[in-house]
Amino acid sequence: MINKLIGATFVAAMLTSTAMAADIKPALVYGTGGKFDKSFNEAAYGGAEKFKAETGIEYRDFEPTGDTQGEQAIRNFASKGFNPVVAVSFAWTSAIEKVATEFPDTKFVIVDAVVDKPNVRSVVYKEEEGSYLVGTVAGLFSKTGKVGFVGGMDIPLIRKFECGYDQGARAAKAGNEVLQNFIGTTGAAWSDPVRGGELAKGQIDQGADVIYAAAGASGIGVLQTAADQGKFSIGVDSNQNYLHPGSVLTSMVKRVDLAVYGAFSDTKADKFTAGVQALGIKEDGVAWAYDDNNKPLITPEILAAVEKAKADIVSGAVKVHDYMSDNSCPK
Amino acid sequence: MENLDIISILGSTIRLSIPLIFTALAGLFTERAGVFDIGLEGKMLFSAFAAAVAAFMTGSPWIGLLAGIAVSVLISLIHGFASITNRGNQIVSGVAINFLASGLTAVLGQAWFSQGGRTPPLSPSARFTEIVFPYANQLRDTGFIGRFYANVISGHNILTYIAFLAVPASWWILYRTRFGLRLRAVGENPGAVDTAGISVTWLRYRATICAGILCGCSGTYLAIAQSAGFVKDMSAGKGFIALAALIFAKWRPVPVMLACLLFGFLDAFANFMQGKNVPGIGEVPVQIFQALPYVLTCVLLAGFIGVARPPKAGGVPYVKER
Repeated sequence: MINKLIGATFVAAMLTSTAMAADIKPALVYGTGGKFDKSFNEAAYGGAEKFKAETGIEYRDFEPTGDTQGEQAIRNFASKGFNPVVAVSFAWTSAIEKVATEFPDTKFVIVDAVVDKPNVRSVVYKEEEGSYLVGTVAGLFSKTGKVGFVGGMDIPLIRKFECGYDQGARAAKAGNEVLQNFIGTTGAAWSDPVRGGELAKGQIDQGADVIYAAAGASGIGVLQTAADQGKFSIGVDSNQNYLHPGSVLTSMVKRVDLAVYGAFSDTKADKFTAGVQALGIKEDGVAWAYDDNNKPLITPEILAAVEKAKADIVSGAVKVHDYMSDNSCPK
Repeated sequence: MENLDIISILGSTIRLSIPLIFTALAGLFTERAGVFDIGLEGKMLFSAFAAAVAAFMTGSPWIGLLAGIAVSVLISLIHGFASITNRGNQIVSGVAINFLASGLTAVLGQAWFSQGGRTPPLSPSARFTEIVFPYANQLRDTGFIGRFYANVISGHNILTYIAFLAVPASWWILYRTRFGLRLRAVGENPGAVDTAGISVTWLRYRATICAGILCGCSGTYLAIAQSAGFVKDMSAGKGFIALAALIFAKWRPVPVMLACLLFGFLDAFANFMQGKNVPGIGEVPVQIFQALPYVLTCVLLAGFIGVARPPKAGGVPYVKER
């Protein structure tokens, strides 16, 4: 009975989808870090909430708790007639690939990965550019000449953050050293703040005074430890400056909200396009966070240097190496 | 390697070992009494959650600790009720507790605080913060001993010192008191204990309560001493590593502490060696160091430490003959 009902809804949704383009049923599938990780997923949530506030259109979301749940959730949404279905995590790459083939009329969006299908939009970010900016801030701010990086899962995507940060920090001041640690090699690495804090403590013991956390919810532990130890940290994905004002130096903001908001509103306006969108500094896809919480920490020299770096990247005068282009980082 | 590095690794070793020591000692009490305790991980998680919630509500870490212990003891009693009173399978009951802990803490956290199963961040006054020993800061720059004193002996929170006191205390209870003698006997030969007119059931319950108290300390340490709040699944498998340490140490208190310190050291060493160049080899992939504790455990357990013989009556519910 229920199956029939779902089937009927599905058929109805299929029939009306062209006629009523304005009335959409968007769905959002988060990464495994959880909706309120104060970071990556929370940014996606912010974009969806913004869309809801502006249009009054409800959306459905799902928080997979394991790597196997993503595909189920995506297929479930697609089969119930949700359109577009946005999946924010590289972990759902193969899931989107499969489900997009099964539901050619549904529009899919994947963030942080590329899926080459006619009904899939792939949104990737030039994290290396944003990380270069916060690396510049860290490199100029550090008094010890040592800055730290704590990554979540050890994957090329996170190495890309590290590599951009490394380049920025070393370009800011000759002789700057970057210490790096990764929390783990499985999905659990995104939610282990205890380990994040311990790695941060280790880096502080080795002389680092600014630590950049690109580790989802594990980053909370890094920021906490830096604050406890009277050192400085850099947040990631969302603006995390407010978490420990006076200790969080800045945040590398990745506008995942734009990807989600864009997907929802483009579908609503019937302007959805498939293909790859690469968002960098130029497109405002990545940025460094500068607000009242970190204003006292940022000196005019740092501000000027970051603005210059930003302009140089936009103009092409500075080319930030992308780790994922050749899986190596120039040292 | 420079002194600086060794001291930093040792400091990290202590911090990483504490939850293992508490948890492994908890396992020691129940398993010595003949009740296998796979649910250590779950108890740790429950108490971490309870401690974080209570500390957030009241602003006092001590009330957090009490709440952590209370919830952990309660869960231990549930384990006891299933496996002692109702003679259920101890492994199944323990696994159920682990699942329950992982799910229930996240659901309750989400329902109460709407932050994705996380509890709100705690202010320093609601946490166990570092205790700096007298003159630690002055001695920090005075050579190896000074640095050792400042970074390894001093600069930990109160639970760290409690953990190290819990080791001799456990030894004393198990080997020097009447309760300890009976507890060990009930794990080897419950029939004999029963014949002597002592209640096997009550003894085993008391052992699980001891375990609950110790697990409560380890969960509290994770949530409000080492971090500033609860995050779902924050125990991250430490309960199972503690169980391995317990077997490794052949169910004896002081070796338990040493095994936990060894595991903590390997973990700290792995953290430290990430991205470092090893002379003559170059940069070694992170994964090798992360796998090291597990590889070493397998190798050592495979014959280097001799046969690890569990308490004879372990895992067997006691049935009084009729």
